[in-house]
Amino acid sequence: MEDGRTIAGPVLRLEGITKRFPGVTALSGVELELHEGQVTALIGENGAGKSTLVKILTGIYQPDEGHIEVDGTTTRFPTATAAQEAGVTAIHQETVLFDELTVAENIFLGHAPRGRFGLMDWSRMRAEAREILTRIGAKLDPMAPLRDLGIASKHLVAIARALSVDARVVVMDEPTASLSQAEIEELYELVERLKSEGKAILFISHKFDEIFRIADRYTVFRDGEMVDAGMMEDVTEDALVTKMVGRSMDAIFPARTSSPGEEILRVAGYSHPTEFADIGFGLRRGEILGFYGLVGAGRSELMQALFGVTTPSKGAVKIDGKVAVIRSPAEAISRGIVYVPEDRGKQGAITAMPIFQNVTLPSLTQTSRNGFVQMADEFALARRYTERLDLRAASLDQAVGNLSGGNQQKVVIAKWLATRPKVIILDEPTKGIDVGSKAAVHEFMAELAAEGLSVIMVSSEIPEILGMSDRVIVMRDGRIAAELDRDGLTPEQLVRAAAGYEETAA
Amino acid sequence: MSIAEGTRPRHVPDRLASRPARILRSWELLLTVIAILIFLANTQASPYFLDPWNLSDATFNFTEKAMIAFAMALLIIAGEIDLSVAGIIALASTAMGWALQYGAGMPVLVLIGLGVGLVCGAFNGLLVTRLGLPSIVVTIGTMSLFRGISYIVLGDQAFNGYPSDFAFFGRGYVFWVISFELVLFAVLAVIYGVVLHATNFGRQIYAIGNNATAATFSGIRVARVKMILFLLTGLMSGIAAICLTARLGSTRPSIAFAWELEVVTMVVLGGVSILGGAGSILGVVIAALIMGMVTFGLGLLNVPGIVMSIFIGALLIGVIALPRLIRLVRTGKAA
Amino acid sequence: MKQFITSREAILLAALVALILLVETRFSGFAAPGNLASVFNDTSILIMLALGQTLVILTRCIDLSQASNLALTGMVTAMINAAMPGVPVVALISIAVALGLLMGAFNGLLVWKLDIPPIVVTLGTLTIYRGIIFVVSGGAWVNSHEMSAAYKAFPRAEFLTLPVLSWIALAVIAGFAILVNRTALGRAFFAVGGNPSAAVYTGIDVGRTRFMAFVIAGGLAGLCGYLWVSRYAVAYTDVAGGFELDIVAACVIGGISIAGGLGSVTGAVLGALFLGTIKNALPVAGISPFWQMAISGAAIIIAVAFNRRKDPGRVILKEPAQ
Repeated sequence: MEDGRTIAGPVLRLEGITKRFPGVTALSGVELELHEGQVTALIGENGAGKSTLVKILTGIYQPDEGHIEVDGTTTRFPTATAAQEAGVTAIHQETVLFDELTVAENIFLGHAPRGRFGLMDWSRMRAEAREILTRIGAKLDPMAPLRDLGIASKHLVAIARALSVDARVVVMDEPTASLSQAEIEELYELVERLKSEGKAILFISHKFDEIFRIADRYTVFRDGEMVDAGMMEDVTEDALVTKMVGRSMDAIFPARTSSPGEEILRVAGYSHPTEFADIGFGLRRGEILGFYGLVGAGRSELMQALFGVTTPSKGAVKIDGKVAVIRSPAEAISRGIVYVPEDRGKQGAITAMPIFQNVTLPSLTQTSRNGFVQMADEFALARRYTERLDLRAASLDQAVGNLSGGNQQKVVIAKWLATRPKVIILDEPTKGIDVGSKAAVHEFMAELAAEGLSVIMVSSEIPEILGMSDRVIVMRDGRIAAELDRDGLTPEQLVRAAAGYEETAA
Repeated sequence: MSIAEGTRPRHVPDRLASRPARILRSWELLLTVIAILIFLANTQASPYFLDPWNLSDATFNFTEKAMIAFAMALLIIAGEIDLSVAGIIALASTAMGWALQYGAGMPVLVLIGLGVGLVCGAFNGLLVTRLGLPSIVVTIGTMSLFRGISYIVLGDQAFNGYPSDFAFFGRGYVFWVISFELVLFAVLAVIYGVVLHATNFGRQIYAIGNNATAATFSGIRVARVKMILFLLTGLMSGIAAICLTARLGSTRPSIAFAWELEVVTMVVLGGVSILGGAGSILGVVIAALIMGMVTFGLGLLNVPGIVMSIFIGALLIGVIALPRLIRLVRTGKAA
Repeated sequence: MKQFITSREAILLAALVALILLVETRFSGFAAPGNLASVFNDTSILIMLALGQTLVILTRCIDLSQASNLALTGMVTAMINAAMPGVPVVALISIAVALGLLMGAFNGLLVWKLDIPPIVVTLGTLTIYRGIIFVVSGGAWVNSHEMSAAYKAFPRAEFLTLPVLSWIALAVIAGFAILVNRTALGRAFFAVGGNPSAAVYTGIDVGRTRFMAFVIAGGLAGLCGYLWVSRYAVAYTDVAGGFELDIVAACVIGGISIAGGLGSVTGAVLGALFLGTIKNALPVAGISPFWQMAISGAAIIIAVAFNRRKDPGRVILKEPAQ
């Protein structure tokens, strides 16, 4: 990847980095170079391995293979502190902050200024925090507890934290995801300033407009592999989208001839105090309705409200034309709405329990007599649905946690099909699962729709949205931004509607 | 690999390990071996150990605690805990003694014992499920509250003079050396074993303890299940209060002091994960027998009770620490 | 200042003052400085133990073995004193602290290296440590007349109008204020309890931090072991039996969240003082001391219900619905 336009060698170089987790290879032999005074954009879909890479760069994960070079010298980051001392700092997502501590302390935890007797110097910390906050244009009280801050302010604190270290490499993991337009502009200025100070910046983003605005170089990841890298000026937006999305769509997605029937679900004026507002849409029998949007657009929150996990403040849901009040998942299930959550490990499967018990959990009345479990019936029910999904497991008694991500997802889907639902909501159904299982899930989804089941599919993967949906709703900031028909829909239309560039949005 | 085209899916067997293989690897087997070793050691240590009446007396060391331990096991498997059980015994016993002063007979005493247990359980359950408070703190509070009420009522006094038909619950024998309490223990063990291992309700308890979020997402009414478990634990404490009061024939506010820790030890020793989600009633039964035998055997050797507690404490930590220590040495990771 | 007035510490302080004034109306003289100082002195040991427990709870753990630790170290110092009255008190205190640290380290190691849930570990060591007292003492008491005058006199000695016991408690409070607010370790306790996975990102070793919390709690329990036995001039197996729950109660009343990451030195001290004041007020207010247990139980429940936090959910909307 030698490049004539680079004079000095890269500040930081990753070579052949591979990272495996049980059931999935998150990164496979990836390369990355970061150069002094330049912004490198890292582009890839959810699950492409970007966040794993960030964790390797910051010493949270250790790579299974490959090595890290700083200034041409091979090194290791065994701890977060080691990475920081090597001059790598990162703006992580909000989860890396501490709600009960003050803003100043969140910025300086782990490297607070010391005064007399080696004790922490709060007044200096406060002053330095104020200075950094001013530098990034954040009007925040350094002594305010973080818990009182909104999501955007928390993100500014995360940025300030990264800049409180004297670093040569700054990793920014979707730094604009929750910022307003004005805050984003200030962030761009900051990036320019960091560039002029000679820092090497890794900029991870979904938004193409900002990548073209601030990046000098790009690296594209897909399914844990590095597929391309180069200079921004040599590439177009369309080319980048193609590289990111990769696979040719009709080759993988099942051919569908959809003929949706009568309307089965109608949502009107559905609003939550903080998560979503004014949601209205209909769903027909045998239809696959795609929900696209950026991460944090409120799609999962909407789906969880429909499923009764949270209660919306107002609005109505009608099933088969009748008003349905859903206050708990149990009520949703009894009305034929089921939900396959995005977070399989926490919300979907009970990983320590065996496959057959996971499948029968919401259908125990089917597999029991007078409240007594009938093990043979359980195995029969579990077998019926897991076989349809082509589950690969050693036995049905195996703990779900020992399966690969794709097979875990099949168990969760089997669990819901066993309840014979009318509407199935799939939230990022193929996130983090291997290509083979992805195809199986897609094929199965098409089959279900053909059988008359209505499917809502939340996805951040453009090819999946384009390849599977009959109709697409795009959400942005908790509201519906666009409703688009499948015919003639392009990736650019989706990206623009989701990011909010009205001129080309439908 | 297409399903639509009708290719036969691969065959996945129901189970891999046969029943004997699963038993061989079980915690219950390890406990049984320990129990047998202690039994043998006891027979060697004292010639009086094998006397049927001595053995029968020994069962009182664990029957009342084990009754509570069964319900506590369910509660801990579901991811909660109740440290107020001994406080409930004190309050239920005090209530019975108080009613006695007004001439209450045996049936009324029993009803009061069970009723107080249920009310206390409901109080804990409401605080935990309705207000969403952590059960460990709530029940540390109610532990003091319940026993504290006994102290307010009784101070340094005691209630005595329970009727002879009431005494049957603690001192009665059903057949030869088989006491009423032992029969009750066995019956409750079977009931709890069946409820936990063979009913939908039991399955929901495991699901909640392993992952309450996923259980909610699977349509389980988590709060309701937990509420029932707190009620059951209260009810069992009420039953234990009846037996213990009948056996002692008197009520003091210090009755069953610190039993909560022994009950929890019994449950954890029985292989129930303190983090929830795993455990069996059989394990708790064997743990109860082990604790009873240790107390009794060392008692025959005139070892004081407090020293026996070292053994129980070491057993509790030891049985959990040992497999982790081996794993730590072998793989560098404890869990 | 505005932040302080709305804080839980301020509310607790107001409750404490109200309690003291309430008792004053029934028994004039309770709120007199001299009497308050004696209430503080009576509560000193609870305060110190609650501070140790605070660190443990901050890291999402719990230590139920403190009272047993205290009783064992107390017994050991009393026995050494009875057998060798010549050993100076300073040496005895050092032994007590060292022994306490050792027992705390044992708890901490099991939690850190073997990843055993803290409640199981300390439930076990609670009975083990107490059992060892019986083994070393043979069940015998060490009575006042067997203890040397110096052994008994030290915590009662007056210095600048306050007993040494009170001064030790004040020093521990000051030390904790510095530890918790001004050192990296002190802040690590909050980070580990508040967000363990994020703590790793800041280079904090979660297990080691928990270990340190147990060690400090153990060391304080050891120190209190000597102080307790010397103050009450008697050592026996059941010293401070059940006191572990009073300590947890003081922390809960003081607003230390059992979920970890939230609490303060002020809160723990006030929580302990609240319980201590009730204990001292009951006899003077003519209420049977048998009320004490129920009152502290009720106080715990009210405190934990009061400190309940609700998850506000995510804020996604930039403007609310029409």
